[in-house]
Amino acid sequence: MTRHRELGLTDSEYDGILAALGRVPNQVELAVFSLMWSEHCGYKHSKKALRTLPTEGPRVVMGPGENAGAVDVGGGLACAFKVESHNHPSAVEPFQGAATGVGGILRDVFAVGARPVAILDSLRFGEPRDSARSRYLLERAVAGIGHYGNSIGVATVGGEIYFEEAYEHNCLVNAMCLGLIETDRLIRSAAAGVGNVVVLFGARTGRDGIGGASVLASAELGEVDAAKRPTVQIGDPFEEKKLLECSLELLERDLLVALQDLGAAGLTSSAAEMASKGEVGIDLDVRRVPLREADMEPFEIMISESQERMLCVVEPEQVADVLAVCQRWETRATAIGEVTDTRRLRILDAGELVGDLPVTALVDDCPLYDLGPAPPAVGLYPAPRAVLLEGADAQEILLTLIGSANLASRRWAFEQYDCLVGSATVRRPEAADAAVLVLPATPDGVGGGSRRALAASIDGNGRRVACDPYRGTVEAVLECSANLACVGAEPLGLTNCLNFGNPEKPHIAWQFTRAVAGLGDACRALGVPVVGGNVSLYNEGGGGPIYPTPVVGMVGELPDAARAGRLGFAREGDAVALIAAASWAPSLVASELSKLRGEPLTGELPQADLGELHMTHAAVRQAVRSGALRSAHDVAEGGLAIALAECCIGGGLGANVDLGPLATRVADPLALLFGEGPGAFVVSGPADALRAFGGAALALGTVGGDHLALTGPPGEGSVAIGELARVHAHGLANLLRW
Amino acid sequence: MRFGVIRFPGSCDERDAQLAASRVGDAEILWHQDRELGGVDAIIVPGGFSYGDHLRVGAIARFSPIMTAVDTFARSGGPVLGICNGFQVLCEAGLLPGALLPNVSLRFLCRQVELDVVSAASAWTRACLPGERLSVPVKHTTGRYYAPEPVLEEMAEHGQIVLRYAPGQNPNGSVGDIAGVSNAGGNVLGLMPHPEHAVDPLTGSTDGLKLFASAAAQTPVAA
Repeated sequence: MTRHRELGLTDSEYDGILAALGRVPNQVELAVFSLMWSEHCGYKHSKKALRTLPTEGPRVVMGPGENAGAVDVGGGLACAFKVESHNHPSAVEPFQGAATGVGGILRDVFAVGARPVAILDSLRFGEPRDSARSRYLLERAVAGIGHYGNSIGVATVGGEIYFEEAYEHNCLVNAMCLGLIETDRLIRSAAAGVGNVVVLFGARTGRDGIGGASVLASAELGEVDAAKRPTVQIGDPFEEKKLLECSLELLERDLLVALQDLGAAGLTSSAAEMASKGEVGIDLDVRRVPLREADMEPFEIMISESQERMLCVVEPEQVADVLAVCQRWETRATAIGEVTDTRRLRILDAGELVGDLPVTALVDDCPLYDLGPAPPAVGLYPAPRAVLLEGADAQEILLTLIGSANLASRRWAFEQYDCLVGSATVRRPEAADAAVLVLPATPDGVGGGSRRALAASIDGNGRRVACDPYRGTVEAVLECSANLACVGAEPLGLTNCLNFGNPEKPHIAWQFTRAVAGLGDACRALGVPVVGGNVSLYNEGGGGPIYPTPVVGMVGELPDAARAGRLGFAREGDAVALIAAASWAPSLVASELSKLRGEPLTGELPQADLGELHMTHAAVRQAVRSGALRSAHDVAEGGLAIALAECCIGGGLGANVDLGPLATRVADPLALLFGEGPGAFVVSGPADALRAFGGAALALGTVGGDHLALTGPPGEGSVAIGELARVHAHGLANLLRW
Repeated sequence: MRFGVIRFPGSCDERDAQLAASRVGDAEILWHQDRELGGVDAIIVPGGFSYGDHLRVGAIARFSPIMTAVDTFARSGGPVLGICNGFQVLCEAGLLPGALLPNVSLRFLCRQVELDVVSAASAWTRACLPGERLSVPVKHTTGRYYAPEPVLEEMAEHGQIVLRYAPGQNPNGSVGDIAGVSNAGGNVLGLMPHPEHAVDPLTGSTDGLKLFASAAAQTPVAA
């Protein structure tokens, strides 16, 4: 009687299953329950907290609960988007783990009928300098993302990578996808119409990914994971490309009643979710499922996580047309079942009943647990190894920081991604703080000739969340909003992926609940609804838990793509100014500099004045939209000096900057240069135009020359842009050659 | 001028090519299983991963039913442009000399590069000046152009080396910095860079438009 434990179910959960069924489950039924009641599918440790997040707003057209959320972007179009994790598979097999992570999030987006237009990704690894394994994981995960996204023809337009020791045993691979669809054509996943046919289309079903959701995604990773490699799915982007085009054509021709992708827990989860949402039952015959290996058991067919498959509900008279479209795309399609009025998921094997499960028990009765949060008594994370010597001067610090793993250019990674396919990419990686994609021209010419655009950003600094889960998460939301402001975009909605350790441990539960509270408060203050997301728990390896890492993906809009902001200084003689909130109070706590100095995560993060920052972001956004600025860049990791250096590198131009006017704001010269905390932006433009902002824009200097020359309280210093650019450009590649 | 853009299973840039061509003429998508070209005046074989690059890049698409019609069209002087995967397909089909090998880095590379127009005599570069420099992006894993020395000499003699990467910008290790080549007649051009991603000031340079404009400026041939 320990079989349920091997499948990740507790004794009390097993008792619940006995009660729901009124009998002992057979092997098929137990397998199905173990997946549906796993953390991955049932959100049993996280759902109560997630319910506190704000999900409504005037632009929300589809909130959490569907395959992807969607917001109205005007002109009759909606943007569907979502971020999802594929952490554990990537830790076991990084190439396929990352590739199928991209494949999964793409399917979520086209499952609602939207054509995917952009991918962003958020990656976390151990220190590349110290760990050959982390270098391997980075190389292979980036290659896997590129392989899938490039091959399927969706632009990878942005992302972020951080390296921290806390991810050494448990890397994070989160992928976000944005898709576009005419709002009135969004399709939902609720099965409907008793007697309608359930059609499975796409790849054949094999033994890959058996038990991925329960075994891999819902338990801590052990030391030796080779034995888990069969639980990692293998991706085939060509199969998915055909599946994508085929799905969109089926929807275009109005041939489908409902559509759902097969992701975690395969047929089990898809069929149960479709039946649950439609308040119907579904009969499936596993023997009709096209198989890669003929001798698969019914439970294996039900829980296989083979990639590139979709499930749809079709009216009987449309089945022939559906199969014809699939054939045209060389995509296999098979009727495997039908919609019933039983509200039961019945599993047949060549007509013989092998499983009979009440849908409500599977989906709605998944036990939900209260977390038992308690702050940790001692610091959870060891201090990082110092790489910067005591007494280093500002110039040395600047060069070390800009070439460090977390701040060096990501060119090595993003050049492996196609950022151009789709012909919509207005701002490529590192050209601006957020990716910008022009929207299709509207026939009625709304906007008087200017082309509207979308902007997207993804962010989440685990080290700062580890220092303070609440404030760190607030900062992640603010960072995304600030990034959008710098291109002139107004936020429309947010998706999140909450990557944490084992929530059954009180200190992880504390991190999680504080982070969700911060996420909710920041979203409410900025007026940005949460339209979907994903939770990845149990991210703990031999070395303890990861940094708590809520990854936030934000989508916004701007009225004129031609005025999308850039981050690099653009013209000699332009004025450089700082737009800073009154509450901007940069400090070295949990900063990149403190990390390079080997300092532990102690001290308080600055408190963000959300109300004020909301207005500051609006002011920057308006300034960018007005066309008065030639560059805008928010001050983030590495502080003001790094922000200035990035503006110089981005534009290939120097600047003469006097930090004297800021001495009264930030007393500690090092905190002024390298301190971190939300609320400041470096902007440049014609001096007259900047003067129009009055006191809001504090003049600091002038663009020009080939050096970044700083004067002020920290002393005088000057670094050649060529040297900054070289150190920045080669920082990551140098670490990978270590 | 009507352009036809072929769509194979796994094509990715066919809409982009259609959009680019429609700036200078009409453009429609052709299906790989069709056996006729529907009376179009020029053919574009687009970028992407036809048949998932299975077996060898371009090796399967080259046997699609429509390629027989493309072969006839090309051999009768019709303008044909192969971009990236399309270039690979045209090499596999024997319509262009040489072959594309994996990049020296063995990695996918997406980057804006500069190209020098070596020959302005081809059907797709007539709107350019010899020596003109174009800014156009590349994005590929298998873009290292190769042909044996005697073939290269012959190609040079006949003006078939149409585009080279600007000095120092060869992104993939192509022999002689070759970025684009034509057949002896000059009507078939294959190139690894993506001119269709360089037609709109909003998204980058507009230098790629010159290739489409070159074809559009010609008198349509009877196919």
